[in-house]
Amino acid sequence: MMEYNHILVRYGELALKGKNRTKFEQTLARNIRFALQGHPRTNVKRTFGRTLIELNGEPLEEVMEPLRHVFGISSFSPAMRASNDIEDIKETALQAFLHHDGDKQTFKVNARRSYKPFPISSQDVNPMIGSHILKNTEETFVDVHHPDVEINVEIREQGTYITCGRMEGAGGLPVGTAGSVMLMLSGGIDSPVAGYLSMKRGAELEAVHFHSPPYTNERARKKVEDLTKVLTTFGGPVTLHVVPFTELQKAIHSSIPSNYSMTIMRRMMLRITEKIASDRGVLALANGESLGQVASQTLESMYTINEVTNMPILRPLVTMDKQEVMDISERIGTYSISIRPYEDCCTIFLPSESVTRPRREKAARFEKGLDFQPYVEEAVANTEVLTFGGEPGETEKDMDSLL
Amino acid sequence: MVYLDNSATTKPWPEVLDAYYRAASDYFGNPSSLHHPGVEAETLLNKGRASVAGILNVNTEEIVFTSGGTESNNTAIKGIAVEHKERGNHLITSSAEHPSVTQAFQELEYFGFDVTYVDVDEEGRVQVEDVLEAVREDTILVSIIHVNNELGTINPVEDTARALKAYPKLFFHTDHVQGAGHVPLDLQDVDLCTISGHKIHGLKGTGALFVRRGTALSPLLHGGSQEQQFRAGTENVPGITALAKALRLSDNERQQQNGRLEDLKQHLIQHLHKLEGAVVNTPKTGSAPHIVNVSFPGMKPEVLVQELTRNNIHVSTKSACASKLQEPSPLLLAAGLGTERASSAVRVSFSHDTEDWEVEEFVRTLHKAVSDMMQVMGEKK
Repeated sequence: MMEYNHILVRYGELALKGKNRTKFEQTLARNIRFALQGHPRTNVKRTFGRTLIELNGEPLEEVMEPLRHVFGISSFSPAMRASNDIEDIKETALQAFLHHDGDKQTFKVNARRSYKPFPISSQDVNPMIGSHILKNTEETFVDVHHPDVEINVEIREQGTYITCGRMEGAGGLPVGTAGSVMLMLSGGIDSPVAGYLSMKRGAELEAVHFHSPPYTNERARKKVEDLTKVLTTFGGPVTLHVVPFTELQKAIHSSIPSNYSMTIMRRMMLRITEKIASDRGVLALANGESLGQVASQTLESMYTINEVTNMPILRPLVTMDKQEVMDISERIGTYSISIRPYEDCCTIFLPSESVTRPRREKAARFEKGLDFQPYVEEAVANTEVLTFGGEPGETEKDMDSLL
Repeated sequence: MVYLDNSATTKPWPEVLDAYYRAASDYFGNPSSLHHPGVEAETLLNKGRASVAGILNVNTEEIVFTSGGTESNNTAIKGIAVEHKERGNHLITSSAEHPSVTQAFQELEYFGFDVTYVDVDEEGRVQVEDVLEAVREDTILVSIIHVNNELGTINPVEDTARALKAYPKLFFHTDHVQGAGHVPLDLQDVDLCTISGHKIHGLKGTGALFVRRGTALSPLLHGGSQEQQFRAGTENVPGITALAKALRLSDNERQQQNGRLEDLKQHLIQHLHKLEGAVVNTPKTGSAPHIVNVSFPGMKPEVLVQELTRNNIHVSTKSACASKLQEPSPLLLAAGLGTERASSAVRVSFSHDTEDWEVEEFVRTLHKAVSDMMQVMGEKK
């Protein structure tokens, strides 16, 4: 029996021209291959204006699931392939219709003939396929205005592809087409969502996490590692930089007035992140700040903290409400990890009172009393670099061998 | 040794024991501990959970590890009844279940629940229509065994589960202990499903319960918040690792052997048909590939089992959980096979390791034992 053996992948085409298009298509194909690692028999091919996945026996539903998360895909459809012979096309279209799940009382055929040597015009192909389906099914009707199912028939030189219905893709741009950003990843609900949204616009991700052992424990760190792993599902390997932050935090604690210590701490984090980013050739930073949610995220606070860097800081959540962020977090699978109850370095040294409207002059004056540069350099030098989504590590391989 | 009692328990595979040993020694931490060994043990635990979930094609957090089939069945049945008693008082099961299901329901009857025991046909099979007919406004749970543990009969569990979707107020549980590793089961419409480790070459004391996302369940064991709060107690990480390994290996075996055991079963059934005094109880079609149940009316099956075991061939009379009782098999009685057949049954059960010669050896020895014994205690001609 005939089954859906291909998936046709579509992407937004309007903005793409020339060289950009080739890069876009190559990157998207690479990301699709990464997402389909668990299905080694699939084959990803680029054809003009489309990407085609050959299933080669891999189960359709299981292949479609990871595809939903790949940025740069506007929509995709299970497809059947027919030879460029009208009888074969009619029969394949009927099979595609029969195998389609969901309501299918009414349908419409939409043929496109981009292979002009095919002898029948698309206007003539439509009724031929339509009547074949009507003859071989019961209680089905043609409705060209509001059909339950739209049967798309694309006649190309290599063969004819027939699809029924379409699934929404994740939209956006393929990860890797916009360069890299350095995400400040705390372990809370917001920053993973900020990372996800940066990826949506094509950015490749690196992440920085500030770890203050023994004040923050291994579980808090594991939490960030798990979040990073989730982020790899949206576009490939992610490098995580774990910065040892204890010494600098202790220094801030002992020499900065407590109501300014959070402001200064964030300025230090930004300095360290900028340093790591520029060492890696990364051109922008990203964080999970939203305007005015908490004391550290007032405009005054952003203004004062932002003073220490010239790098662009992307704040994808800046206009979002908490609930909107939580909804995305649930949808992408980071919420249940983010709510694990382990404290990060921001909460553990948090003074009982912080200024909500810090001022640049004051922050700079307080910093004069602390020779912070050696601390910053020390932290950068001792940063641990881990990559997720690539080859598994030794311990992981050992565990996998047990299962 | 010819071991043909794999429905009672299987011999653990060396890879499984090795995984147990390594997990127990290299990852001995308590998964709830904050320190490094704790985090590592938790990581391994969650990998095991993801692996089992992947094979059963369900979500990772839907797998709850338990101490085995009996605990999984009790947790599912009592857990649903207690949690949802305000919603309804009526429960449905079949008259041909494993004792850990039947007796859990009897206990609930004692506490005031109303239980309907749906009859089975002469093959021991539950009919979907009978289950649907038993459903009432106040039904909160239906539990039907997947593969009958004495006869090997496969119940229409997927169809039943699908049909019960029309009653969103009730939950559907299935005991998949005998099916796991032999008869694939689609859990798409199932709410709760029991599997056991030692029936698939894993270890005793290991098992799992699939609990569909969003299903509220009252735990049997209270304490810590392990296992999504469905089952308190420090997780048996090495046992769970061994279970994950056993499930994956047996699933691989099933796919690679591609119907070998089914052929072996048909072969054995043919032999038994030719054997004088033997009546095959297992249905020829619609039964699991690894169980053959046969009666010798007029004979004491215990004597037959003793004679075979003396020849180093090991089979059983009925379910191991009931075989110490000198009573006719309740499952065979429920199928209406009569007291004589129900009290003279022998169960032969294969594993993926069972080889052709073992079955040949069994048939040969059985033949001799039966004809010897016929002279002493067989039916008078």
